[in-house]
Amino acid sequence: MSADSAHSDSSPHVAPAGHAHPGAAVYLRIAVILFMLTVLEVGIFYVPAFHPILVPALLILSAIKFTLVVLFYMHLKMDSKIFTMIFGGPLLLATAVMIGLCFLFGVLVIR
Amino acid sequence: MSTGHHTSLGLDSRKIAFWAFIGSECLLFGSLISTYLVYKGKSLVGPYPHDVLNIPFTSFSTFDLLMSSLWMVLALAAVQRNDMKWAKVWLLGTALGGLIFLGGQVWEFSHFVREGLTLHTNLFGATFFVLTGTHGLHVAVGVLWLLTLLVRALQGKLTSANAMTVEITGLYWHFVDVIWIVIFTLVYLIQ
Repeated sequence: MSADSAHSDSSPHVAPAGHAHPGAAVYLRIAVILFMLTVLEVGIFYVPAFHPILVPALLILSAIKFTLVVLFYMHLKMDSKIFTMIFGGPLLLATAVMIGLCFLFGVLVIR
Repeated sequence: MSTGHHTSLGLDSRKIAFWAFIGSECLLFGSLISTYLVYKGKSLVGPYPHDVLNIPFTSFSTFDLLMSSLWMVLALAAVQRNDMKWAKVWLLGTALGGLIFLGGQVWEFSHFVREGLTLHTNLFGATFFVLTGTHGLHVAVGVLWLLTLLVRALQGKLTSANAMTVEITGLYWHFVDVIWIVIFTLVYLIQ
């Protein structure tokens, strides 16, 4: 079941609000990048040489994967900025609460 | 169908409402992840994370969920161009991806219980099961939603006119995926 046979039409589709969604080719490229980033994450976990930078490297890779899915699969890149604000506000608040609690309980320490 | 649901902003009201719901879900999972991180390393008795967590197995589950996200967007693209044959195939694939993930989680949880880790064993067990269990519950709801769409497609009641319904289902499914991306990193890889 190849993607090519499944998608003879890989042209962008127009969403009801008038914003074009990417076609199957873009979705496949994002999937390949996500797969490679996951392989990289697991690879970094197992290679001792990377352990000094394990936490920042994994957080960055995870943030890239998160952003790619939200921008391309959830279409925030193409959709109205209002959706970005409705999602981004609570996301930033949740992230701030997580970081705040980690500092408060000594999980993160500034030296 | 979508013309009856547009707001004065020109946006679909259901989509606005669903993004607001996803925003609230960010706060729910933010609190659960915070609780896990705050109590991390504070368990007085084992099993500890490095005793039980199986990275190769969970990596496969992560890959499975990422691929199901791909199949979900392919299903949406197929519905938008009214290619219902492939829409059914991709919807079924997405639901199967979710079921495989859930099966893996059931196996993982039962394995942990056999290893002596339960909700009551220690702080790791309590926070881990609540966080990953809540995520698993969301996956289960997503699978039921996808199967409902598939049944409607098989009955011929899902067409390109219902593309917004499939798009909103996709938003939910991708959100479940991005939450797992965070959990996989913070719980499994950063031990």
